[in-house]
Amino acid sequence: MIGLAGATLVACAEKAIPERQIVGADPARGLTLIKAEGCGVCHRVPGLKWPRGGVGGSLDSFSSQAMIAGRSPNRPDVLVAWLRDAPAMAPDTAMPASGLSEAQARDVAAYLYTLDAD
Amino acid sequence: MPIDAPPAHDSLKGWPPPALDPAGPFAAPLNSLTWGLLAMTAAVLAIVVIALALALFAPRAWRQKLGGERLVWIAGIAFPVVVLSALLAWGLTLTHKLSEPPRPGELRIRVAGEMWWWRVAYLDAAGREAFQDANEIHIPAGRPVALELESTDVIHSLWIPRLGGKLDMIPGRRNILRVEADQPGEYGAQCAEFCGGPHALMALVVVAHAPADYEAWRARQAAPAVPAPSHAAGQAVFGRAGCGACHAIRGTEANGLAGPDLTHVGARRTLGAGVLPNNQGTLAGWIGDSQAIKPGNRMPAYPVLSGQELRDVSAYLESLK
Repeated sequence: MIGLAGATLVACAEKAIPERQIVGADPARGLTLIKAEGCGVCHRVPGLKWPRGGVGGSLDSFSSQAMIAGRSPNRPDVLVAWLRDAPAMAPDTAMPASGLSEAQARDVAAYLYTLDAD
Repeated sequence: MPIDAPPAHDSLKGWPPPALDPAGPFAAPLNSLTWGLLAMTAAVLAIVVIALALALFAPRAWRQKLGGERLVWIAGIAFPVVVLSALLAWGLTLTHKLSEPPRPGELRIRVAGEMWWWRVAYLDAAGREAFQDANEIHIPAGRPVALELESTDVIHSLWIPRLGGKLDMIPGRRNILRVEADQPGEYGAQCAEFCGGPHALMALVVVAHAPADYEAWRARQAAPAVPAPSHAAGQAVFGRAGCGACHAIRGTEANGLAGPDLTHVGARRTLGAGVLPNNQGTLAGWIGDSQAIKPGNRMPAYPVLSGQELRDVSAYLESLK
């Protein structure tokens, strides 16, 4: 029993990043959406040479970040909800509701999950 | 600064190159002139290269002919005088209508280059300013429009490659650039004279409407803004932060003249003078720190606003359609 629990713990520890894969979403489409929406006006987004705004956080290594905006766990379902309507989760955020559809938000999330620390 | 395909920044991109893809009767003659000059210079270059080759490698009898004084008179003086005069006459014939003074009854729009955006004033039949807008020029398709080009600071140049020539905006002068679009559509434009820091980020969109829609657009644009009560919080932030000292929103107390008129800013296709998509998020980012995006532009960053305030004021501006 103890051994089993230990194995489970080890498995968790090895898997530093929880499931950050979004089935059926297309990161390339996500980057196109990021450009069209103008996310770079506030965020530094790898893959976007300009604009590289200074209002929001840099998304440099977003996939290895534990929290979204320092307040919610960085999980696909949470991220998709955040991308669509951030103020619903954090009433004092400067990030407005985006008007992205569920499918579009999933594409954007898929792109953000390609942004690793290294 | 590398440009990553901002929305309206297509004035120089694409195939065929917009400058060689005329979309109106004032751009077409320039296209003919371009190709005509290119053909002419290519022919002259070919003749010179052949003459050079003959002078170097031809038999002695040929070379003697090339060395005669007669050839200098004909090919060196008479030929260039005739050809260049003909080209000059042809060029002036093709282009004199492009910058003629406005005719009575002709549609007139005053476009002033500012560092680093465009002030656009629509004139009424009597030549008085009817209303102001910024960073977009709206014209009816199929009808010539006289753009009166001005500048209040440095020399700018308005270039709408698919609709007409490139003409400088010179402080103290009023230059006329005539444009016309055959078809309704959007045409990119760019400042074509280096005017300081973010010159490359000084773009503009020309929107050609179907003639029937144009008057409706003008009426909408001339009307004052009608802020919805639901955006009262954002309007209050706009007032508190002092935005009205530089920006006018007709119908409200904001009446500043230094920056772009924002009466219908939410209806614009772009933000930051033709370089960014225009939505609540980009409005918020621009207000929060436009200096990170377009360094040196005259609007300061506003790090004093809270997240809620930034969202409210950007929602208010986006609602001004």
